[in-house]
Amino acid sequence: MGGVDDRSAGGPAGPGGGAPPFGWLTTKADPLFAWARKWSLFQYDFVTACCAMEFMSTMCAHWDMARFGAEIPRWSPRQADVLWVVGTIVHRQGPPLKRIYDQMCEPKWVVAFGTCASVGGFYDNYSTVQGIDKIIPCDIYIPGCPPRPEQVLDGLMLLQEKIGRGELSRWQEEQQKKAAAAKLAG
Amino acid sequence: MSQRLVDLVKSRFPQGVLESHDFRGDDTVVVRREDYLEVVRFLKDSPGTAMDFFVDLTCVDWPERKPRFDVVLHLKSFGSGERLRVKTGVPEDDCTCPSLTGLWPAANWFEREAYDMYGVRFSGHPDLRRILLYEEFEGHPLRKDYPKEKRQPLVPMRDDAPPQPPPFPERPH
Ligand code: SF4
Repeated sequence: MGGVDDRSAGGPAGPGGGAPPFGWLTTKADPLFAWARKWSLFQYDFVTACCAMEFMSTMCAHWDMARFGAEIPRWSPRQADVLWVVGTIVHRQGPPLKRIYDQMCEPKWVVAFGTCASVGGFYDNYSTVQGIDKIIPCDIYIPGCPPRPEQVLDGLMLLQEKIGRGELSRWQEEQQKKAAAAKLAG
Repeated sequence: MSQRLVDLVKSRFPQGVLESHDFRGDDTVVVRREDYLEVVRFLKDSPGTAMDFFVDLTCVDWPERKPRFDVVLHLKSFGSGERLRVKTGVPEDDCTCPSLTGLWPAANWFEREAYDMYGVRFSGHPDLRRILLYEEFEGHPLRKDYPKEKRQPLVPMRDDAPPQPPPFPERPH
């Protein structure tokens, strides 16, 4: 059954052909999963600072994140797909942030909400992490101090498009890089 | 505005008051560290002053000056509405100052913050630990000689830059 992973195989195999019967089922499953994932993002909100205000308004009826299938916050990272990091992250919060990220089930995506979470904002000092990608891999960066809800929805749509295209999340890229490095090492 | 208070303190502690000044109605007395606790106790408890509200306590670093640090205390009286600022100098080599936690329990966290940021030790404080930073942090970041670029992360920092973003996707509006 060597043909199962052959993504280019299309349609049922002809008599004596290489691809297994119903090989196209696997071809179509990935876009189907991507479509399902993109419209049912469960989120975990790591909310620390003033950006939370805009996050709340994005969640509420005016901008209504529910339209994008992303309205349900999970209070356990184990049930979440998207980690929203909203607000300033100080070095003291580094260990809990890393831990929460590690607890999330795969596949997982991370959104840096606001300038502080993206690059540290104007807090270029002893206390603030200069962007959460210094701690965890991050998929989408939403600029603004704080970003307007329209920008947040834009970020969410970018994430949906990324998932819909079947692109790897930064977490998966990282895993693959690690696996490749381990293979090289031996 | 509260010149009356300054005069009262001066007459009660003629040796203890080093200086006093007034900036747009805000009066300040600078007192010796040895008399700091007694001055504050006098301001709080004597009926003529009754500065019963502990507003703020903080610290200032003057790297070129001796003594290097100022502990700055702001007081207010609920009865008369008067305000007074009390300052005392703390030298770097003996970086201690009497604690006010015996007078106002609220001073506890303010003094912990001043200790955390400037390293002034408050003698008589029941629980002098860092309050905002973590135990692993070395040094006191609001001292002027703390290196501006120095970071003390608790988890290892990743330094792989994120990949260049793809060109902005065209979307129908
Ligand atoms: S980006 Fe601006 S609004 Fe958001 S957490 Fe930072 S300072 Fe607050």
